[in-house]
Amino acid sequence: MAGWNRGVWFGISIALFVIVWEAVCRLLHVPPFILPPPSTVVLSLWDLRKTLLGLHLWVTLKEVILGLSASIVFGILLAFAMNMSRVVERLVYPYIVISQTIPIIALSPVFILWFGYDLSGKIAITILFTFFPIVVNTYDGLRSTDKEMLQLLKTMGANRWQIFTKLQLPSSLPHFFSGLKVAATYSVAGATIGEWLGSSEGLGYFGRRASGNFQAPALFASVLLLSILGMLLFWLVGRMEKYFTPHQRTSRKTSKEK
Amino acid sequence: MLDKVAFSGVRFAYGDQPILQNFDLRVAKGEFISLIGPSGIGKSTLFQLIAGLLQPEQGSITLNGARSENRLGMVGYMPQRDALLPWRTVVENAALPLEIKGVAKKEAQDRVRSELPRYGLHEWADAYPAELSGGMRQRVSFLRALLSDTDIMLLDEPFSSLDGITRMELQEWLMEMWQETGSTMLMITHDIDEAILLADRVIVLNGKPIEKPVELAVNVERPRTTAHRNRAEFLALREQIWELLRQNASKSPAGREA
Repeated sequence: MAGWNRGVWFGISIALFVIVWEAVCRLLHVPPFILPPPSTVVLSLWDLRKTLLGLHLWVTLKEVILGLSASIVFGILLAFAMNMSRVVERLVYPYIVISQTIPIIALSPVFILWFGYDLSGKIAITILFTFFPIVVNTYDGLRSTDKEMLQLLKTMGANRWQIFTKLQLPSSLPHFFSGLKVAATYSVAGATIGEWLGSSEGLGYFGRRASGNFQAPALFASVLLLSILGMLLFWLVGRMEKYFTPHQRTSRKTSKEK
Repeated sequence: MLDKVAFSGVRFAYGDQPILQNFDLRVAKGEFISLIGPSGIGKSTLFQLIAGLLQPEQGSITLNGARSENRLGMVGYMPQRDALLPWRTVVENAALPLEIKGVAKKEAQDRVRSELPRYGLHEWADAYPAELSGGMRQRVSFLRALLSDTDIMLLDEPFSSLDGITRMELQEWLMEMWQETGSTMLMITHDIDEAILLADRVIVLNGKPIEKPVELAVNVERPRTTAHRNRAEFLALREQIWELLRQNASKSPAGREA
């Protein structure tokens, strides 16, 4: 019931937003090359559906999926390695912390320089954006294991592997998923920036070209698609989280009822 | 008679802070021992030594009459907070020690399910800890300790987080379980009544380091109920223990502040 209500409110909110936008454009006679009304954006999306949905969306989606997947695999592996070896942790962790403070976007041209203007360059930049949130959160999750539970498992005679699989791994899952949520939204930004820097296809490339040609409706159409892509990924991660951590669902439910 | 648990001449310190000095303790098979003493004196350290999480600097600790360096996995440990893994259901939590000992998951869970009715938990078999009351959580924690397949149980303030009514219920329940299983039990508590009601012997720990614990036999007939609290011998013993604790409190600077 609460979820249903929230969904309805969200729908109302979106509808209001679109109506106000449309009204502002029409009543204030905003030039369409500055801010096109939503109806024009949707029309443009329909007109361009073949190139936008058939080509550019797929290109961007490919970069996002490949980049994000690589980050998940390597991020988890590095977090595991840091958890298992003190030497690795000592050597690598400072860079993980530093990476949080430098503007990753400034590093993007470097990656284009190294990986080139084809698909691998875009994937590399997507990895650059998504790798660190996953490593940091997964590693922190592995570290945050409850000390009393750890002692308890030891008194049961658990070996390191059992402690890892039965305690550390499950207790790090919520942390991993909050990192993955951040990474999922970053991945779209990473792919877009990769395309800006040098590309001949993809939604980022398309949007930039449309902007250069003052084709505002087409630009907005590409932005709309990128936003939907980001939201879909976020939603997907949320679903996965619910599936893999069913206890969190119930604990939230009961705490609300009390 | 064979000692289930025996300390002889044990010395232990955290850095330069001595906890135990020339400490002796003998617990016979099937005995119920209460350990009582001021906070921060090292009662939990005593349990960690028995469980094998810590090793004595001097002296020896024997379990079942055999001296062993590796005592992990030899006792059932019920920690202060229930320390139930939030992502595991009641059955999965209680089956944990069996799983760690290498029993197949299905078999372990079947065994737990067959035990649950005795604990009044059969309707909650597949509930997550967050859905349980404090008393139910402690019972799961107790069952889990019992399923470590050992007849030595360490109970670290098992009822301290419960309300008074639930606590009395569980005290009577624990006496039944003790009689039924014939396990040797050591319990840390801050509650003098609880210490006397459950135990064959109350051990009053005092001093820094703990050197000469005072042992008091509880000569109250069994089976006992909470009503035994009002007997003359019970009240006399309570006065005696309180006197011992008070003397110690006035000796130590921490006690004077309080």
